[in-house]
Amino acid sequence: MNRWSGMQSKVRNWIAMIRNPNTSAARGMIQQFGFGLLSLVAMITVVPILAVIVYIFIQGIPAISVEFLSGFPREGMRQGGILPAIVGTFYLTLGTAVFSVPLGIGAAIYLSEYASENRWTRLIRIAIINLAGIPSVVYGLFGLGLFVLFLNLGTSILAGSLTLSIMTLPVIISTAEEALRSVPQSFRVVSISLGATRWQTIRKIILVEALPGILTGVILGLERAAGETAPILFTVAAFFLPQLPRSPLDATMALPYHLFVISTQVPGMPIKIQFGTALVLLFFVLGMNLIATTIRSRARARRQW
Amino acid sequence: MKINLNWSEFLITRLIKVSGYSAIIFVGLIFVFLVMEGFPALLEVPLGKLIGTRWYPIEEHFGILPLVGGSLIVTIGAAMFAIPIGIGTALFISEVSPRWARDILKPLVEMLGGLPSVVLGFLGILILAPFLRRFLDLPTGLTALAGSILLGGISIPTIVSVAEDALDAVPRSYRDAAIALGATRWQTIWRVTLPAARSGVLTAIMLGIGRAIGETMTVMMVTGNAPVLPIGLNALFQPVRTMTATIAAEMGEVANGSTHYHVLFFIGVVLFMISLVINVTASAVVFRIKNRSERILS
Repeated sequence: MNRWSGMQSKVRNWIAMIRNPNTSAARGMIQQFGFGLLSLVAMITVVPILAVIVYIFIQGIPAISVEFLSGFPREGMRQGGILPAIVGTFYLTLGTAVFSVPLGIGAAIYLSEYASENRWTRLIRIAIINLAGIPSVVYGLFGLGLFVLFLNLGTSILAGSLTLSIMTLPVIISTAEEALRSVPQSFRVVSISLGATRWQTIRKIILVEALPGILTGVILGLERAAGETAPILFTVAAFFLPQLPRSPLDATMALPYHLFVISTQVPGMPIKIQFGTALVLLFFVLGMNLIATTIRSRARARRQW
Repeated sequence: MKINLNWSEFLITRLIKVSGYSAIIFVGLIFVFLVMEGFPALLEVPLGKLIGTRWYPIEEHFGILPLVGGSLIVTIGAAMFAIPIGIGTALFISEVSPRWARDILKPLVEMLGGLPSVVLGFLGILILAPFLRRFLDLPTGLTALAGSILLGGISIPTIVSVAEDALDAVPRSYRDAAIALGATRWQTIWRVTLPAARSGVLTAIMLGIGRAIGETMTVMMVTGNAPVLPIGLNALFQPVRTMTATIAAEMGEVANGSTHYHVLFFIGVVLFMISLVINVTASAVVFRIKNRSERILS
């Protein structure tokens, strides 16, 4: 009886709250419920990421062995190792860095140190935003049209690196520019007043101070290049090659493309090798991500201005 | 010596300027090459057939509507997941969570952005598709829905980071004023902070959708690759094929300079234009916000 009336009054309270949601009790309840909902949503974002990483790690670890990391694929890729794919991704990342790092940092220096805010600068910024938004497969088409066919580079590491470097450019430019801009104006003023030229100021003061930020941007850009598949589909990637590439004009295997091939194109592929390949790729990409974030947070902690 | 120094400084300044303009040059180059290879499609295939409902290149049927429809339905599906989850996560990170939680959540979300799409596609084939097939009792799990779920995951980091920036940029005084007037934090979020950040949040949604439309490997691996025109919401549970997946799947096997090759480049032009519209609109919003705040400050 007592319990019944208790519940009744509870229900009555609820109805009152719904009828008049402006009482402070009702608002507190709504807020609690809302915050709970938002944290649930955040969990929905984060938990699958961790689950994916942990799952691939657990499933992939048994495949990792010296032979897997340093051997060539055998028996139609169903056995052996993935060395050519690892080496290929390494070369591609390196090749991308060769083109995109100087160009990206140069563009960032221009935007932060030289450009005045006019129509052209605004156009450059719109172009950068656009480059960042172009679908990766469209980069592949462009690379095929310009580098592979028009410049006649063939499907080669060179063509693939050039394509990937244009794709990574916006990431590098925008993070490097941010890093350069965060160097206080007084550093520039003092350096110039001591008789340094503008370029000396940039090279010896500003670039040095902004280095950690720039490095973070470069690594994040290259991380994207290392993990992408669509831009290299028609510009460099080879299904299977029995040897390592010997010149920048050779085609090569690459980790992301290899994972695509063995998970869709080869029937009867042992699952262990698939997970092993996925793990190596994740290790590459997340390793770079970790290095970048570590550099960034260390630099932030050490910064004195 | 002095002359020498000036000379090299002059040269370096030039080089820097050129690299500054490189972004414009590249966007131009991409456009020119896509159009150069894609435009002949308009001459070789009558427009009525190009906007047809049958994509069967072996028999010279180049109707791109099924592919456009495939991209649309997968993207709409992805938006249904990604917008509420992305904005909710951004709100949680910027308005609700304590500092330590934010320091954990932000790098994790960034990490999701860095996961290679081919890895997600691989897990999609192996885990998500069989699960959907059993759970929804479908003939195959490789459907638009599987693509939508994974694409949603791929566009969430974009939405979260842009929306979180926008929410962060709302001045503290707005929130303080709302709280001082007796609003709860929850009411402040919905009636003050979110409306104040709405153009930034809209930008986040647009960029997220742009990311979803352009994604290639994941959708190619998990949507089942059937170029049929999807009609109605039921199509979410059927295999489809997107524009991006078509290019990726077929470009490797066509002869350079053939009609099929030109049509694939034409699809590339369409994708380029879509991303151009999305990004120019988004950047216009970004510039407008900046101008408005500058006006308020001065």
